[in-house]
Amino acid sequence: MSNKATLATVWLDGCSGCHMSFLDIDERILELAELADLVYSPLVDNKEFPEMADITLIEGAVSSEEDYHKIKMVREHTRILVSLGDCAVTANVPAMRNRFSVQQVLDRAYLENAVLNQHIPVEVIPPLRKLSVPVHQVVPVDVFIPGCPPSADNIFFALTELLAGRIPEMRTLTRFGA
Amino acid sequence: MKRPFKTRIKTLKIDGIDVGAREDETILELAQENGIFIPTLCHLEGVHDVGSCRLCLVEVKGSNKLFPSCMTYAEEGMEVITNSERLQTYRRQVLDLLFSERNHVCAVCVSNGNCELQWMAGKLGITHVGVPYLYPQLAVDASHPYYAHDPNRCILCTRCVRVCDEIEGAHTWDVMGRGVDCQIISDLNEPWGLAESCTRCGKCVQVCPTGALFTKGKAVAEMKKRHEFLPYLRSMREGRNE
Repeated sequence: MSNKATLATVWLDGCSGCHMSFLDIDERILELAELADLVYSPLVDNKEFPEMADITLIEGAVSSEEDYHKIKMVREHTRILVSLGDCAVTANVPAMRNRFSVQQVLDRAYLENAVLNQHIPVEVIPPLRKLSVPVHQVVPVDVFIPGCPPSADNIFFALTELLAGRIPEMRTLTRFGA
Repeated sequence: MKRPFKTRIKTLKIDGIDVGAREDETILELAQENGIFIPTLCHLEGVHDVGSCRLCLVEVKGSNKLFPSCMTYAEEGMEVITNSERLQTYRRQVLDLLFSERNHVCAVCVSNGNCELQWMAGKLGITHVGVPYLYPQLAVDASHPYYAHDPNRCILCTRCVRVCDEIEGAHTWDVMGRGVDCQIISDLNEPWGLAESCTRCGKCVQVCPTGALFTKGKAVAEMKKRHEFLPYLRSMREGRNE
């Protein structure tokens, strides 16, 4: 094992746009690779979350039982937890279903609007929780990066600050919906 | 609105700076005149103030109370503080409550990038909302031929109510219910499209600080509001009456 910092990224209920934006840092990912190892992420192959990650970026709201258990586990194994993007920060679009019951949402998606094979799946897909909520309503969050998605520049800035041991000041750089 | 007293000059301090004010001037107007920023979402130049948003609260030396600066007139010898730690905390709490009370989804809003609530959150350094969201059930009213009303994005500033009443003279909009059930309604809580008093002038749409009132056919981030007409209209009318 190297003595580099460890970086993880987690994809909960989001569109993966924040991960795409992270990839948009382009060749700067080489600079990042000098400073940190990407130990767990939808972008790499590791299936197990490490014993302790220095920094974890969370994309997406907490919407399903799987999201809920995952974020609890990740929090226990992360030093600095970062809410990346509006879905993690505000629950954003995933939370638009919160005005309806889970049953209404499932009926709408799998019965009313389905042309073929109308049925509500009960296997493989994790059950939805009553509400889709921001990450900080489930576990404590250390850094918030609003934006839909946050720009690649902002993600790179936040990561380089964190890797230099500083908490990044995002307030003047980004906002909800940016 | 003309105020019913003769104008005399008062001298006072805002954030330690000596300023001179007409006695019919509010602390908010005076601060703006002197380039001192006090946040507000309900104040609108050209219509009277109501002090509903509570963002413009200031401290006045010698009092424990906080004063809405849009409703407080300048007084001789007053010492006003506009930006203490305590005020910043309250202002952030006000924004937390505004965001959590309705269903604001900036990313898919017609006013994304041109919204005063969103801008204010950035300005006051809100990176997340500290209280649970309420997710109320509120129906969009798209019955009007030109405009739509989405109460999910409404912050109850009542600018629409005031501009419709005071400038257009139609009084189509008003407020119904109390506390968290408070709502903006057209006529006697009828669909906007059926409100007979509405002249379709669109002033309410232009002064709305968020995407709660918007022009039909606008997609995400396309709705830009213009309320420069208001002080102009008012000064033209005042000139005519004198």
